[in-house]
Amino acid sequence: MSNRYEMRFAGSGGQGVILASVIFAEAAVISGLKTVQSQAYGPEARGGVSKAETILSREMIWYSKVTVPNFLLALTQASLNTYSKTLSEGAVVMIDDSLSIPENLDPTRVISIPILQTAKEKVGKAFTANIVAVGAINKALQLFEEKVLMEGVKRHIPVGTEEINKKALSAGADLITPEQTEAFRQRLG
Amino acid sequence: MSKAVLMQGNEAAVEGAIAAGMRFFAGYPITPSTEIAEGSAARLPQEGGKFIQMEDELASIAAVLGASAAGMKAMTATSGPGFSLMQENLGYGAMAEIPCVIVDVQRAGPSTGLATSPAQADYMQAKWGTHGDHPVIAISPSSVLETYMLIIRAFNLAEKYRTPVIFLMDEIVGHMREGVELPNPNDLIINRRKMSFHDGANKQCYYVPEGQYVPAMKPFGQGERYNITGNAHDESGFPTNSNEIAGKLVGRLLDKVEKNVDDITRVDEYAMDDAETAIVCFGGTARAVMSAVLEARTAGKKVGMFRPVTVWPFPEKQLRARLPQLKNILMVEHNHGQMLLEVQRVAGREKPVCFLGRIDGTVISPQDILAKLSEMEENHHGE
Repeated sequence: MSNRYEMRFAGSGGQGVILASVIFAEAAVISGLKTVQSQAYGPEARGGVSKAETILSREMIWYSKVTVPNFLLALTQASLNTYSKTLSEGAVVMIDDSLSIPENLDPTRVISIPILQTAKEKVGKAFTANIVAVGAINKALQLFEEKVLMEGVKRHIPVGTEEINKKALSAGADLITPEQTEAFRQRLG
Repeated sequence: MSKAVLMQGNEAAVEGAIAAGMRFFAGYPITPSTEIAEGSAARLPQEGGKFIQMEDELASIAAVLGASAAGMKAMTATSGPGFSLMQENLGYGAMAEIPCVIVDVQRAGPSTGLATSPAQADYMQAKWGTHGDHPVIAISPSSVLETYMLIIRAFNLAEKYRTPVIFLMDEIVGHMREGVELPNPNDLIINRRKMSFHDGANKQCYYVPEGQYVPAMKPFGQGERYNITGNAHDESGFPTNSNEIAGKLVGRLLDKVEKNVDDITRVDEYAMDDAETAIVCFGGTARAVMSAVLEARTAGKKVGMFRPVTVWPFPEKQLRARLPQLKNILMVEHNHGQMLLEVQRVAGREKPVCFLGRIDGTVISPQDILAKLSEMEENHHGE
């Protein structure tokens, strides 16, 4: 990992992209990495564009915002169109497969998978889409050990929802092929 | 496994306040300070404290002053629109000498502005928002851990000087999460207001011994009855129209801060020893400034950061001490130029002061600052 690994999570308010971002920050803290997590959203409780950011580093992180992300998750077309314009070279982009890949994006760097559908049909709860995404992201990028990630999830979900979230995490991981893991894994130093 | 926990700035404000002894919170939740009300509502009952959601911000600060007068360490939290509504009673707290902490997590204004976006445009309001000459202490944190540590200091100063202390946060820090290792509670220094249990005419409730500035506080509602008012008052706490007494009173209120400025003022300096350009900033802006300073240093530029941690009173003496070594100063803040006025006042005609501000609710980046530094080099008379 270079000095700073920048992750951006974008979608519509209510999709839980902030929680997805917080879970990676929590996993970083558990692993002893430095992290800063922040978000930007509109005044609405549901709808509107929601963006969350997690920065991982082995060193002190001063500037708290993402400038050129190494990774982007986009769950809506609007957020994909907006945030695919500012990416670092070689950035990995994960999108829901209902979205179309903008022309400016290199399709070989895009992981297009059925996140929303998997949450609704395989896990059985549409609102677990963010956790499905977390599972898929970690499987592709290989950022954290599975148990660390699960601990990160546990610290931020209501008591009694561990099982369904565990199911969502592994359903997300199952969406990633070994070839994708090989192509997109990040070196954690 | 690391001992660090992931914590948001607003959560750190709650935990720090509780560590400082806060046992009463009254507020009216407003973005981006809402997590402070939520956290206080969850945590205070666990600590034997009380949380009240009030009908508005006027009532919130009134309840806080009442709780503090009755002996509790009390706090409220708000953002710009609510901070405006609290101004009248903030002055009351200063006049009646009631310690409390008022958190303002600044967002983009004016008015309701951009509710979820950062700004630092309440800086001058913190000083001049309430009418009349009054003492002001305001502190501004730039990280999650510092939020925890400094809110304890805010309570300590409020108790020591019997005056409201403004904890001037911004959305950048309030909504930012970082891994923090909190200090052992036994290592913390916690002040408590000096109390007076003496009754009788010579120990009136606002009696101040010669050479001192802060009256010991009589417990309100216990023992001797006394009066609290926002009117000019004598030592008994009852209103007076005496110009002499009023002038002496306001003078003493101001002296509490002015005569103790060295105790109250704190700055954070980075790479200032040989700096020829000082970047002045406060609160969340320091994050971008630090990144820019580190990068400028790598490029061999003699740039340092001068960050007032106590933002009121402005650390005039500390900045003045740096003037001789400096070629110029760059003020960076998320407003149209507020602390800039203080920096210009201190720099006078000696040193050029340049400015980089932001008023659109976005965050100033290290690249913005580096570009400004290059522009200053090209045009080294500044603006």
